[in-house]
Amino acid sequence: MTTNALKSKSSTSGQAGDKIFSGTALAAGVLILVTLFAVAIFLLIQALPTFVADPADISGGEGFFAYIWPIVIGTVIAAAIALLIATPIGIGVALFISHFAPRKVAGPLGYVIDLLAAIPSVIYGAWGYMVLAPALVPIFEWLAANLGFIPIFAGPASQTGKTMFTAGIVLAVMVLPIITSLSREIFLQTPKLHEEAALALGATRWEMITMSVIPFARPGIISAVMLGLGRALGETMAVALVLSTGNLIPSLIKSGNQTIAAEIALNFPEAFGLRLAELIAAGLVLFLITLIVNMIARGIIARHKEFSGAN
Amino acid sequence: MAKRIDVNALNVYYSKFLAVEDISINIEPKSVTAFIGPSGCGKSTFLRTLNRMHEVIPGGRVEGEVLLDGDDLYGPGVDPVTVRSQIGMVFQRPNPFPTMSIKDNVLAGVKLNGKKISRSDADSLVEKSLRGANLWNEVKDRLDKPGSGLSGGQQQRLCIARTIAVKPDVILMDEPCSALDPISTLAIEDLINELKSDYTVVIVTHNMQQAARVSDKTAFFNIAGTGKPGKLIEYNDTAAIFSNPEQKATEDYVSGRFG
Repeated sequence: MTTNALKSKSSTSGQAGDKIFSGTALAAGVLILVTLFAVAIFLLIQALPTFVADPADISGGEGFFAYIWPIVIGTVIAAAIALLIATPIGIGVALFISHFAPRKVAGPLGYVIDLLAAIPSVIYGAWGYMVLAPALVPIFEWLAANLGFIPIFAGPASQTGKTMFTAGIVLAVMVLPIITSLSREIFLQTPKLHEEAALALGATRWEMITMSVIPFARPGIISAVMLGLGRALGETMAVALVLSTGNLIPSLIKSGNQTIAAEIALNFPEAFGLRLAELIAAGLVLFLITLIVNMIARGIIARHKEFSGAN
Repeated sequence: MAKRIDVNALNVYYSKFLAVEDISINIEPKSVTAFIGPSGCGKSTFLRTLNRMHEVIPGGRVEGEVLLDGDDLYGPGVDPVTVRSQIGMVFQRPNPFPTMSIKDNVLAGVKLNGKKISRSDADSLVEKSLRGANLWNEVKDRLDKPGSGLSGGQQQRLCIARTIAVKPDVILMDEPCSALDPISTLAIEDLINELKSDYTVVIVTHNMQQAARVSDKTAFFNIAGTGKPGKLIEYNDTAAIFSNPEQKATEDYVSGRFG
């Protein structure tokens, strides 16, 4: 009888190691999915009473949709303000650290930015409440006086400064280190080869960055912004402290508006029964918003796959 | 078009480390000059000083002068960006911009510094440059596809097309075939022969047969030992370097006795 010489003669320890490793990796991957699934199930079951209840029993008395959409809009506005401020600054700082700053400056600066991420959000909230909000009052008054015809700057301006705009700025500061750190790492990974290709063609440093660094880093920047957005959407403590809540209004410099996360945090301790289900349903909506935003981001990255340089 | 290069007493440093010492060399226009020598002898470093790419590396600096038709590249007020647009460079590994189409890769250098180009001019320049790099027939049907989808040899010719599209005076090539198979290498060598009629070409190569095949003149660089600076040992007509070198070290190297 002939035996196949390629058949392994003994089950070596190397193969056992392979099996253990692939098993562990699989378990880790499955665990993530199970956790996500469990969270989704929990939210669905706990939120269910809200959807079957009589609309008159829901807070506001006009059903769940009427209750949720103002705070959905509020959440999106707060996150949008944060990203509009933090994205350009974050990318700019990251580029400065990776390509412009002398190495002696770049190291400490990067370290300080990373430290920003380590500050607890309650501290940001306290700072926003006690320092930033009063400081912004004159600016809000100026905006109301001069740009008041634009609905988002309609007066009279808040006298405490505890507005959506303030909350957005606090969120921007909190999101900034995420966007900066991730972007910087990606910028530093740009192949020298591509940078030199641009320089050798006669590109200025800025042209080199637009030709080789930014295109290479694009998917990474999108991921960084999405992670920042995730934090901005879900941030609870800072918004709860900074924002003087109220009904949905277009003006960003008056008291008013509310975000989902802060709404849940402020009302959760005293909620029971249907009110509790309502808040969990609000959480479910937040979960869905984050999911959709991430899927859109993935879609944007995938659309440019052919030109990603991965082939 | 096709300018001469004269280098006088050039020292090249990495911070405090003297990497290449006291090079003087005259490179004729419309010729191919090959730099050969063992690894680490400073030939690539020296090549990168000819279009001021050496200073891109932190700590990189030079002493001495490099004259392009009499104008010092390192003179006061000279912008390295201008120098590099007149002295093009092809690198060891093909490096088309991965996020750009083949067409945009060719036009990448042309559109720099805020220059505008009309669509019809762009199309004819793309065709002319790709024909000049012997690549047109292979890519004319997929100009809008990414450059990174081409084979290694095609990518390198795309890089050459990108370099000649900006109409440089000199083309520097840093071991352009070392990552390519023999067929692609042959295609590049044929191309170098054609480029000679319009450009001054300087090529660094590890492959002595290649130097013998493509170049008019050859410069042999050597290094006395690790940590010592690289020096230009001998510079002469290629035929003389390979058949009748004046220096013992050159003879040992080209006959394969070391390096």
